[in-house]
Amino acid sequence: MTAQSLHSCNDFVIKFANVNGSGSASANELFARAVMRMGVPIAPRNIFPSNIQGMPTWYEMRVSGAGWLGRRGGCDLMVAMNPQTWDRDIAEIAPGGYLLYDSTKTLPRSRFRGDVVVLGLPLTELCNRAYTDPRQRQLFKNIMYVGALTALLDMEFAVVETLLAEQYRGKDKLLDANVNALKIGYDAARDDLPCPLGLRVERANGVGDKIFINGNNACGLGAVYGGATVAAWYPITPSTPVVEAFTGYCRKYRTDPDNGKARYAIVQAEDELASIGMVIGAAWNGARAFTATSGPGISLMQEFFGLAYFAEVPVVVFDVQRGGPSTGMPTRTQQSDLLSCAYASHGDTKHVMLFPEDPHECFTLGAQAFDLAERLQTPVFVLLDLDIGMNDSLCQPFAWDDQRRYDRGKVMSAADLAAGKNFGRYLDVDGDGIPWRTIPGTHPTKGAFFSRGTTRNAYAKYSEAGTDYVYNMERLRRKFETAKKLLPAPVIKRAAQPTRHGAIYYGSTSPAMAEACAQLAAQGIHVDLLRVRAFPFADAVSDFIADHDVVFVVEQNESGQLRMLLLTEAEADPKKLLRVLHYDGTPITARFIAGRITAALEARQAPPLPKVAP
Amino acid sequence: MTYFAKPKLLRPDTPKNALGYTRRDYEGAISSLCAGCGHDSISAAVVQACFDLDIQPHRVAKLSGIGCSSKTPDYFLGNSHGFNTTHGRMPSVLTGAALANRDLIYLGVSGDGDSASIGIGQFAHAMRRGVNMTYIVENNGVYGLTKGQFSATADRGSKNKRGVVNSDSPIDLVALALQLGATYVARGFSGDKAQLIPLIKGALRHRGPAFIDVISPSVNFNNHAVSTKSYDYVREHNDAVNRLDFILPRDPVEAAYAPGELRRVVQHDGSVLLLRKLKTDYDPSDRVGAMNHLQERHALGEIVTGLLFVDSTAESMHAHLNTVEKPLNQLGDAYLCPGNAALDALNASLR
Ligand SMILES: Cc1ncc(C[n+]2csc(CCOP(=O)(O)OP(=O)(O)O)c2C)c(N)n1
Ligand code: SF4
Ligand SMILES: [Mg+2]
Repeated sequence: MTAQSLHSCNDFVIKFANVNGSGSASANELFARAVMRMGVPIAPRNIFPSNIQGMPTWYEMRVSGAGWLGRRGGCDLMVAMNPQTWDRDIAEIAPGGYLLYDSTKTLPRSRFRGDVVVLGLPLTELCNRAYTDPRQRQLFKNIMYVGALTALLDMEFAVVETLLAEQYRGKDKLLDANVNALKIGYDAARDDLPCPLGLRVERANGVGDKIFINGNNACGLGAVYGGATVAAWYPITPSTPVVEAFTGYCRKYRTDPDNGKARYAIVQAEDELASIGMVIGAAWNGARAFTATSGPGISLMQEFFGLAYFAEVPVVVFDVQRGGPSTGMPTRTQQSDLLSCAYASHGDTKHVMLFPEDPHECFTLGAQAFDLAERLQTPVFVLLDLDIGMNDSLCQPFAWDDQRRYDRGKVMSAADLAAGKNFGRYLDVDGDGIPWRTIPGTHPTKGAFFSRGTTRNAYAKYSEAGTDYVYNMERLRRKFETAKKLLPAPVIKRAAQPTRHGAIYYGSTSPAMAEACAQLAAQGIHVDLLRVRAFPFADAVSDFIADHDVVFVVEQNESGQLRMLLLTEAEADPKKLLRVLHYDGTPITARFIAGRITAALEARQAPPLPKVAP
Repeated sequence: MTYFAKPKLLRPDTPKNALGYTRRDYEGAISSLCAGCGHDSISAAVVQACFDLDIQPHRVAKLSGIGCSSKTPDYFLGNSHGFNTTHGRMPSVLTGAALANRDLIYLGVSGDGDSASIGIGQFAHAMRRGVNMTYIVENNGVYGLTKGQFSATADRGSKNKRGVVNSDSPIDLVALALQLGATYVARGFSGDKAQLIPLIKGALRHRGPAFIDVISPSVNFNNHAVSTKSYDYVREHNDAVNRLDFILPRDPVEAAYAPGELRRVVQHDGSVLLLRKLKTDYDPSDRVGAMNHLQERHALGEIVTGLLFVDSTAESMHAHLNTVEKPLNQLGDAYLCPGNAALDALNASLR
C-alpha cells in the first residue's frame, strides 16, 4: 500500500459505477444497509439516466460517522463496474483513493492512474466458474463485489449475511445462492487483496433508532395517514413513486378486512389536467384527495389551480421537483418550481406551500397538508425534490398520535343547516377569511350552492359587481394571513456566538447547510440559520432578516426563487440577501455552500478598488 | 348580470310528485340565455325528468364546463350542488366527485365546443373509464358564448351567419361515445321534448356512462337558413330510430303496441326502457350495428336520433376499482388512519 493512500475510518465516499438494469441496485442497497446496521450513518444517492436499460447509473454513498447526510462530493473508493464510463470514473477518484474493478479482462496500464490504489478481482471469471445461468452470473457478480467490500472495509460478514437472511426469509435456495456469492467475493478479496484498506468501517453508535426510507415513499405514507381517499395522477419522474407507495400502503392498511374492498380510489388519469381535475372534484365532494407530479405537470395544471384557489377547494399536490425548464433534467434534482407553485395560475393567486427537509417531514407535513387544505379550503403544495424523493435517507422514525383527529375545517352539517345557521358559501363570519362550506348531498333543501370560477357574491350567486369582487379578494387575502398562523414555523438555529450573518434555506439543502455551518464555524465564521418550512412566510422570517446585516439565501435553482419570494412577500432589502445558488442537477454540498459564503464575506471585507482617474 | 330569485307563488292544484315536490322545486335561477335558445328547453327537460323520477334534488350533483350550455346547471335543480368548472374539463371534475361519493347522481352538462374541441380528451377518457353519470352535450355547432365561431361538430360545408364555409370534418360525439365504451348512448333534439325527456330519464337511471347528444340550436348564431344545426334543418332531417318510454319499476307497463314493435330493456335497478321501433331492423343492443347505422345515415345527410345503444348489464368505475360500498367521503378517521402501532412495525422494517 502506498504511503499516500487515503486513511479514514467511518468517513469516506464510495461510488458504484453500474449499468442500468443490471441488478446492481439491490446489491448496492445491501451494502448500504450493512454499513447502517453497523451503526454508521450513511447517505446514498442514485444518479440515474432518463432511460430504463443499458445506460450508466451511479450509486454514490457517503459514509459519515459524524452523521452528515448531505452530499459530500468527490470519491474515495470507486467500484467501477461499467466499462462505458471507465475513464471518467477513474478520473473522479481522489488522489490516494481506491479503485475496485473486474480484472477478468486485462486492461493496459495506460487505463489506470498511478496515484490510486488499484484493486482487481476477476469477478466475471469467479461468477462463470460458480454459475451457469447467464442471469445469475450477472446478478451474483454484484453480490460478489459486496462480499469483496465487506472484506476490504473490514466489515462484519455476519451483518451482511443477516440482511440477506431477512431479505430471503422462507426462500432457502435463493438465500444459499446469495450467501455463497457473498462468500466467494469475501474470500477472494481477503486472499488476494490488501485487506483491510486504509478506509474502514468500524461498528459505532451513530444510527440509533433512525429509519432508512426515501421521501416519495414517506409522502405516500403521509397521504394514507392524512386520510386521503382519492388519488389521481399521471406518470412522471421523479414523482411516480409517491402514488405507487400510496397504492402499496393503501393495499396494506386500507383494505376492508371483511370483504377485501378498497377504502380508497386511485386513478391513473390521461394527463395532469385530468389528474388535478379529479382531485378537485373529489375534494369539492368532501373526500381528501391529492395528486403527485413534477414541473411539467405543475405547468399543465395551472388553470385548475386557479379554479381551486378561487372556488376554494381543498386539494393537496405533491411536487417532486426536478431540473427545469421544459423537460430539463428529468432525472436530476432542483428546487425550481417554487415560483410557479407560489403564484400558480393567472390572476392574483397565492398558494400555501410546505417544504419538507427529509423523509420524516415528508410524512409529517404530507399528512398535515390535508388538515391545512381543509382548514384553509385552498390548494396546499408539498414541495420536495428528486434528492429527497428518490434517495433513501436516514431520518427520525415515524410516529402518530392516536388521539389526533382530522381537522375537516368549517363544514356545515345537515344538523347545522336544519338548526337554521346562516350559510353563505363565501361569507366571512368570524374575520379569519375562511368561509363555511357544505358537502354535496347534505340537506334536502338547505345549503346547496353553485361553485364556479367566476365572481360571485358572498352567497355564491353569480355577480359582476366590483364590490362583490373586492370583498372576495380581500377575504382571500385575510385567509392567506390566517394561514401564516397555522403553518409549521421556521426552524432557527443560532450560531455558537452572536453574529450579524444569517442563512435562509429550505428542503433538501438542509443537511448540506448544517454541515457547512459547522465547517464555517471551525474557520471562525459564525452564521445563524433559518430553515423555511412553509409559505406564506411567518413573521419570524422577516424578523430574522432584520436581525442580520447579511443573509445568504441558499437554494438549488438558477434564478434565486426563494430570494425573490422573500423580496416580494417578506419585503426584504435586496442588498441584504445574497444568493448562494447551486443548480447543476447534483445535490448541493457543504463544500459548495461554505466556499461561496467564505468568498462572499471576503469580497465584502476587501478594501474597495482605488478609483482610477479617467 | 344580477341574480333573480324566482317568486314562490304556488297554485293549490300544482302537481306534486311522490316526494311531495312540485316542478318548481326542481327549477333553478332564471336563465340568462337568449330567448329561444335550445339550451333552455334542455334545462326544462331535465327539470321534468327529475320531477317525474322523484329524485331528491340534493342527491344530484350537476357539473359543467364553460359556455352558454355550461351555464345552464345554474338554471335547474337549485337545491343541488353545482360546479361550473373550467372550459372542457368537466369530465375530470365529475369523475373525481363520483370517486368521492358513489351514491349521488352525477349530471354533466357541456357544449359542443366544451366537449368536442378543447375537452375532447377528457370526454373520451370519462367514457372509457365507465364513470356512472349522465353526460349531456348541448350541441349547436358553434361557440355560443364567444359569439358564433364554428365548433368541431359543425358539418363540413355548412355556412355560418356571415357565409363563411366550414371546411373541417365534423366530430360526431355519439359515434365517439359508442366507440369509447359508453353504455347508454342517445341523441335528442331540444325541439322535441317528448323524445328528450324519456332519454334523460333512462340515462339518469342507467348505471355507467350515459351520453346524450342533444342538438340544440343557437338562435343567435346558428339558426339561419343554411345552417345544419337550425330548428328547421333538424326537424326536416331527424331520423329517429325508436321512441323511448321510460318506466319506473313501480309503474304498470301499459303495452298498447303491436307485438314485434316493442323492445323492453330492464336496467340494473328494475326500471324499464320500453322502445318502440321506428326502424324495423334497428337493434339498440348492437354497438357495431349502431355505429354502422350512424355512418350510413350521416352520409345521407340525416341526423340519427333516439336511444342508439344501451347495455343494461354494464359495470361502473367503482366496480372496476373495487371500492367499499360506503362513500369514500363518509369514511371516518378510524377507517382511514392505520394508527401508531402500524408505524412502529413499519419503522422496524426500515432499519
Ligand atoms: C381556456 C379557455 N379558453 C377559451 C375560453 C373562452 N370560451 C368560453 S366558452 C367557449 C366556447 C363554448 O362553446 P360551447 O361549449 O359549444 O358552448 P355554447 O356557448 O355554444 O353553448 C370558449 C372558447 C375559456 N373560457 N377558457
Ligand atoms: S348565444 Fe346561442 S347558445 Fe348562447 S344563449 Fe344565445 S342562443 Fe343560446
Ligand atoms: Mg356550442
